[in-house]
Amino acid sequence: MFLVPDSVVRFFHRMASPPHFYALTERLMPWLSAIFILLTAAGLYGGLYLAPADYQQGDSYRIIYIHVPSAWMSLFIYTVMAAAGAIGLVWRIKLAEVVAISSAPVGAGFTFVALVTGSLWGKPMWGTWWVWDARLTSELILLFLYLGVIGLYGAIDDKRVASKAVAILALVGVVNIPIIHYSVEWWNTLHQGPTVTKMDKPSIHVSMLIPLLLMALAFKFYYLIAMLQRARVEVLLRERSAQWVRNKFFGAAS
Amino acid sequence: MSLQEFFAMGGYGFYVWTAYGITLAVLAANIMIPVMQRKQWLRRQLLKSKRKEG
Repeated sequence: MFLVPDSVVRFFHRMASPPHFYALTERLMPWLSAIFILLTAAGLYGGLYLAPADYQQGDSYRIIYIHVPSAWMSLFIYTVMAAAGAIGLVWRIKLAEVVAISSAPVGAGFTFVALVTGSLWGKPMWGTWWVWDARLTSELILLFLYLGVIGLYGAIDDKRVASKAVAILALVGVVNIPIIHYSVEWWNTLHQGPTVTKMDKPSIHVSMLIPLLLMALAFKFYYLIAMLQRARVEVLLRERSAQWVRNKFFGAAS
Repeated sequence: MSLQEFFAMGGYGFYVWTAYGITLAVLAANIMIPVMQRKQWLRRQLLKSKRKEG
């Protein structure tokens, strides 16, 4: 590794070692939680109280502050999951496998939330809970991909083998990500087009945009917290016969 | 704005608060499940190691 300094390599090895990961995440958790709570409080205060009602949709639009960040997270987490899966597949790094599978339930949760909150927004605005348009259908497929990953992982006893299988499934499913993102442009959908990511001129007022971005950031921290909690369980289960687990929890005697 | 007006959400209260309620439930569950799993696992391991010693 002539390009990477030795100290950097050692740093990553240390970071990726299960005992270090377990201890580090334990120390990080209160900080992550505090940042998440502050961001959420600020975002909800701005979104539910300070921001004005929409001139067309009234107060129903306030679902945006959870719907859009959840939908963003559903795509973001899938991408992280597939990338971590690929890293685990190529370099056989255990921690990457753990991050990949620990992301799945969190991503599935956000996908479910995006679908349900969208439905609750669609009913008063479109007059229907559900339509089979490209955006909604591809997001539903995303939920099935997450559930497929979780199911496949649970079905294989050897977790190293299960991680390989899951990584391949996740990578195949990546094709769905750009489809979801561009679905509102490629097809004529009932779902509205992008309002925020039009970089030249977002068609959303700043008093609505700021709480939306705060919530998006809050959900990023939530993902870290929830994924790391899963990862800690996964590490314990995988390392249950390792010396550091015995020393940490059961004293030197066992 | 009165508290009542706030909860009414301009007549969309049902949709808005159901959406926020379900979101809260899903997010809370995704934190609580692994925390409980870890505690359960530790408790079971402790029992096992005690049984061995005893």
